Amino acid sequence: MGGVQQFSQVFLDPAIINQYWPAIAGGLRVTLGLAAAIVVVGISAGLLLACLRCAGIRSLNALIIAFADIWRALPPLVVILIFYFGLPGIGITFSAWMVLFLTLSLVLAAFSEEIFWAGIRAVDRGQWEAASASGMRAITVLIWIVLPQAMRMSMPSLTNRAIAITKMTALGTVIGVPEILYQASSAQSFSGSATPLTMGALAYVALFLPFVILGRWLESRMNWRRH
Amino acid sequence: MDNFVDQFFNLDLMWQSLPLLMKGLGVTLQICVVVIVLGGLGGLLLAVASDSRRLWLRWPTIVYVDFFRAVPPLVLLIFVYSGMPFAGVNLSPYAAVILAFLLNNSAYYSEVYRAGLQSIPPGQIEASRSTGMSRLQTMTWVVMPQAVRNVLPDLLSNTVEVVKLTSLASVASLGDLLYRADMTRSMSYNSSPIVLAALIYLILLWPLVRMVSRFERKQSQ
Amino acid sequence: MMHESMSSLSAASTVGTSNPFPILELIGLRKVFGQQVVLESIDLKVRPGELVCVIGPSGSGKSTMLRCCNRLEEPSGGQVIVDGTDLMDRRTSIDRMRQKIGMVFQQFNLYPHYSALGNVALALRLVKKMSRAQAELTALDALNRVGLGERAGHYPHQLSGGQQQRVGIARAIALGPKIVLFDEPTSALDPELVGSVLEVMRKLRQIGMTMLVVTHEMAFARAVADRVVFMADGHIVEQGPPEQIFQSPIQERTRAFVEQRH
Ligand SMILES: Nc1ncnc2c1ncn2[C@@H]1O[C@H](COP(=O)(O)OP(=O)(O)O)[C@@H](O)[C@H]1O
Ligand SMILES: [Mg+2]
Repeated sequence: MGGVQQFSQVFLDPAIINQYWPAIAGGLRVTLGLAAAIVVVGISAGLLLACLRCAGIRSLNALIIAFADIWRALPPLVVILIFYFGLPGIGITFSAWMVLFLTLSLVLAAFSEEIFWAGIRAVDRGQWEAASASGMRAITVLIWIVLPQAMRMSMPSLTNRAIAITKMTALGTVIGVPEILYQASSAQSFSGSATPLTMGALAYVALFLPFVILGRWLESRMNWRRH
Repeated sequence: MDNFVDQFFNLDLMWQSLPLLMKGLGVTLQICVVVIVLGGLGGLLLAVASDSRRLWLRWPTIVYVDFFRAVPPLVLLIFVYSGMPFAGVNLSPYAAVILAFLLNNSAYYSEVYRAGLQSIPPGQIEASRSTGMSRLQTMTWVVMPQAVRNVLPDLLSNTVEVVKLTSLASVASLGDLLYRADMTRSMSYNSSPIVLAALIYLILLWPLVRMVSRFERKQSQ
Repeated sequence: MMHESMSSLSAASTVGTSNPFPILELIGLRKVFGQQVVLESIDLKVRPGELVCVIGPSGSGKSTMLRCCNRLEEPSGGQVIVDGTDLMDRRTSIDRMRQKIGMVFQQFNLYPHYSALGNVALALRLVKKMSRAQAELTALDALNRVGLGERAGHYPHQLSGGQQQRVGIARAIALGPKIVLFDEPTSALDPELVGSVLEVMRKLRQIGMTMLVVTHEMAFARAVADRVVFMADGHIVEQGPPEQIFQSPIQERTRAFVEQRH
């Protein structure tokens, strides 16, 4: 019993929780706001790039592919450090927020471009041909026939990616964006207690567990139908 | 323009910092190998356990996997690295990094493998069992080879994520590639060392990223 | 071995005079899924060299009964005795018994990552502990018997449905089983491919293989079966020689079913 008490004193001290939960809640708001902006901008940009790729202009496609590859291969933290510490040296100064937003949006754009592109390619060629044969222009076919199907196929991967990117907002800590982890670790050093870290971790769990469980539920329903 | 080149592509500085960065790369690769091998094995066991019919095995596994997929790896790392000492558990940076990444990655690998296991039609398992092959033999010779092949793109892209993940080790002051690059940057007030680190990551990961795309294309056809 | 031969003697004593050693015997078999009773008091004997066909409407429990015979489905009650051994006995090694009970599936269930030869040889190596060469020789022999010796190196996706099913049969007979269970082996096949599979089954019968066959191929049952079992709603309604079942059934339900299927 003593062990449990000691443990909860270190990791779940009620006094500390009381004192710091507003800070953590503030961090949660920042995380959510940033995540929403990144997801909207990143996915839109990815969709746009995937559509541009459909035009089949060779030099443009090479650029898009290079963009997607590079941003999928680079660790985001590396990019964040370059933007945050390097750009001021050439006279461009972004706030920590902006650096985090830009980096993660670019990464998400790269991933979602690949996901949408895979979805578009998976749509049966016959669909393009049938629609084109009925006199529609390519752009019309893309928007009204192909994209809706591609989107549906892309949904699961896209959701996973969006969640992964939202988790990466924790990297903002390194450059001082006041999101959950930043609030939690500064509260930890102020208070000299590990409790704020637990609170931070639990805040993330509260944020993401619903998605994880929803995913599991959807999957079990799909399996149900398969049998 | 000159300013830009000097700030990001100062070749002299890059050349000078190269030996240090190579040392860091060694540490990075070492972490990768440990996390990929142990995380992969752990994930495999977790996947089998989370598909088990025994509830006492299944539910704790699912809780573990879901929990560690919900917590961002950096949060986990900071918790292990600077939270655990409050409970009297002092881990070296190396042990903290490995532990945090393993907790995180075994959960991810487990989901990948589980998808693979579920991609095998139950009829094949029945066919195999009907010839007298044991559960283990069926797993080893019928299920696993196909399951792994079916999720190869996901295994590969998870591996890319592991390599990128190791850059977080720098937060725990472990002397990995990014840590050393950032140290050189802060001493020289110049970003070229980090750009060099980025290039090294690119050289390492671009081929893998290409392969992931290639695989995914093949599967969707 | 001792244990098996002794219990086959005791099993034999419960059987009638004509054929003392049934290969397969179901006694009072019962199976429930949750609340639903799927099989109730099933009694069935299959004697050496017999080909018994099971017919009946879909959902009547034919597959479930067949799958209870090698415990792919766990019976809820009753006995399953194969070659004198009680399958439900805790001391019985089910993996060892399954070598004696071949099974052929409606959907073939071949392993896509092995060639035809590999599909047949796998259990020979792992279960019978044969050397690679010996296993392949035995497997090739089985493939020859289903007329696919030429195709040994082909992978399942390179074979037609009928050929795949014949590989399935080869996989089942290669282990030298005492009985082979067939669950609608031709139902997933295009009509023009059905014949080749039935032909193989006919040949197996000629060499004295004991078979229990769930099928919708009435013509086959009529021409080849020694006995036909009609099932409905989890019961065996009637069983007897094909002439009885198809021409002068005793039960009204049998007549209705048979007439509806020409
Ligand atoms: N795994 C299972 N779980 C629940 N019900 C089942 C299962 N397998 C079969 N059943 C039910 O048992 C009944 C008999 O099924 P089955 O043996 O497949 O019939 P048949 O082969 O004669 O068409 C059906 O009502 C079916 O829905
Ligand atoms: Mg059936």
